[in-house]
Amino acid sequence: MAEAVASAAVSAPALSPSAPLPVRAVLPWALFVGLLMLVALYFVGAEQGATAVFSGEGVHEWVHDGRHLLGFPCH
Amino acid sequence: MYASTVRGLLVRGMLAGLIAGLFAFAVAYVVGEPPVRGSIAVEEATAAKEAAPAAGHAGHGGAEAAPAAGEEEELVSRPVQSTVGLATGVLVYGVALGGIASLAFSFVLGRVGGFSPRATAALTAAGAFTTVYFVPFLKYPASPPAVGNPDTIGQRTTLFFLMILLSVLLGVGAIILGRRLAPRLGNWNATLAAGGGFVVAAALAFLVLPDNTDAVKPEFPAALLWEFRVASVTVQVVMWVVFGIVFGVLAQRLLGRRTDPAGAQATAPQPASALG
Ligand SMILES: [Zn+2]
Repeated sequence: MAEAVASAAVSAPALSPSAPLPVRAVLPWALFVGLLMLVALYFVGAEQGATAVFSGEGVHEWVHDGRHLLGFPCH
Repeated sequence: MYASTVRGLLVRGMLAGLIAGLFAFAVAYVVGEPPVRGSIAVEEATAAKEAAPAAGHAGHGGAEAAPAAGEEEELVSRPVQSTVGLATGVLVYGVALGGIASLAFSFVLGRVGGFSPRATAALTAAGAFTTVYFVPFLKYPASPPAVGNPDTIGQRTTLFFLMILLSVLLGVGAIILGRRLAPRLGNWNATLAAGGGFVVAAALAFLVLPDNTDAVKPEFPAALLWEFRVASVTVQVVMWVVFGIVFGVLAQRLLGRRTDPAGAQATAPQPASALG
């Protein structure tokens, strides 16, 4: 708090490191990047198992050991 | 202003996830691959045993029947699956969940208790491990190759992802409940109440969701199954401990040099309407 007062005269006051981030600033990132991340997880965890975007077994075979060890259902 | 902070946290979350993934991969390779290899050996031995009587009945052609049943057509060789393949899976998992965890962190920072960014990162990592991996694991534990029946993969995948979704939603619910109760009960008792609520709700979900239709066959070696499952838990513990520590340091450093955007605009020669 004392630092904030001291620096206020020079420029913008320091913000508490734990000051909340506005939800409207987080939401767009959560929607777009969050969705992208979920798609990546789908390819590791489920592609060419229960459902398939690409035909064949290449993706499933490639990530096979990771799928088992990360806890996803496999064969 | 805030958007660039969120973006910075997201990039750091993915980076921390990548580093965590590297550690997790090393553990997965060292302690996870031996039981995977062992399970595949069991799988092949079982398949060969099943093929043998059939070949005996036919009287001839046994040499053809055995490899057809015992070995699947290999698209990706075992050495590739256990190294580059394993690394791909674990690293993509680490980066993706690191990104998602950093977004969860951005939502809870400063809203749950009076924690520093570093402590919030550690709690986020613990929460992610518990809700995304460990609670679903208790209902549908990780299984090595040779345990599952390929015909039930659809149902098993649906139930597993449903369990993750439920567990994450219950976790979010517990945080909201804890925040609501904190003014009345105090932080400690509110945390206990919210945690207790989570455990009870998760137990109810365990009871309501159907059992894994694909129980481990009695002839599968118990020690091998145990070794595999301990390896799976270890991989995830290492992943989330490293993530929590690395992301905590990076987030603390980024957030520690923030300045108040409202204060900056108040001193800048801009009209008040520029706020927001
Ligand atoms: Zn498999």
